[in-house]
Amino acid sequence: MTPAGGRPGGAPSSPAAAGTTKPGSPPDEPHTYQVRTEDDLLTVRHAVRAASQDLGFPLVDQTRVVTAASELARNALVHGGGGTVAVEPLHRPGGVGLRLVVSDKGPGIADLEGALTDGFTTGSGLGHGLGGAQRLMHTFDVCSSPGAGTTITAVRWRTR
Amino acid sequence: MTVPGATQTNLEATVPILRLGDTLVTGLLSELDDKQATALAEELTTRIAEDRARGVLLDISRLEIIDSFVARALMELSTMAQLLGARVIVAGMRPPVAITLVELGIELTGVETALNAEEGMAALGWHRSRDGRGFGE
Repeated sequence: MTPAGGRPGGAPSSPAAAGTTKPGSPPDEPHTYQVRTEDDLLTVRHAVRAASQDLGFPLVDQTRVVTAASELARNALVHGGGGTVAVEPLHRPGGVGLRLVVSDKGPGIADLEGALTDGFTTGSGLGHGLGGAQRLMHTFDVCSSPGAGTTITAVRWRTR
Repeated sequence: MTVPGATQTNLEATVPILRLGDTLVTGLLSELDDKQATALAEELTTRIAEDRARGVLLDISRLEIIDSFVARALMELSTMAQLLGARVIVAGMRPPVAITLVELGIELTGVETALNAEEGMAALGWHRSRDGRGFGE
């Protein structure tokens, strides 16, 4: 259960834990967070929780989006050797939503269909991460090729 | 919760494990990371053996999300305790967490649950006395 790439005794105040976007930027700017350690997963979860609250997501939807973000960020950490999570509020004529873009420069997903199937795992999880995260979001696009890393773009719209 | 004879052990994240008779009572904070999950599993299994506990109540009412990692940790914790002869009850899951877990496709197989800590204690054989003075057999 040791996180891949985890730093022994890493200080929580490591620069990686802080967002790379400076505070005070316009609300619709994506904020990008580095995911290099276990602590960074907490930072991502807090950021996604705050963003979904700001957008007025109901509590269940906040939980769905935060859980999906946690799964995707952990995938990037464990399988991709670390990566980034961009959290972007969307204000469109059609509705309000939250977009997550999770990227890593890892080995990529060789068997994408398999990876989206429940029970498929190459790591220490339950094998529900990717397929589960897909079900928690409204749109879910995976861009991956072996050796070139993985980028997952997922959106959940606010439902009323 | 002040209980005579209750013992307290500090984890890295200072989650106390209380002993009430043959039952251990503990809870999770709002976040559970890999290190805490591992530490809790070690601490709890050690305490089950040392205190000869027959039951464990694990309150998760403060957990705001359960992702597949935390779900796996809960399942492993239950299995470890069962192997030592103790029954684990995970109590107080928040409704949004339950909804999300089902959509994730996770059933927490082998994990016994209760609506809240009081129901969980009742399932472990502790009953609130009629005059409301507290738990007792």
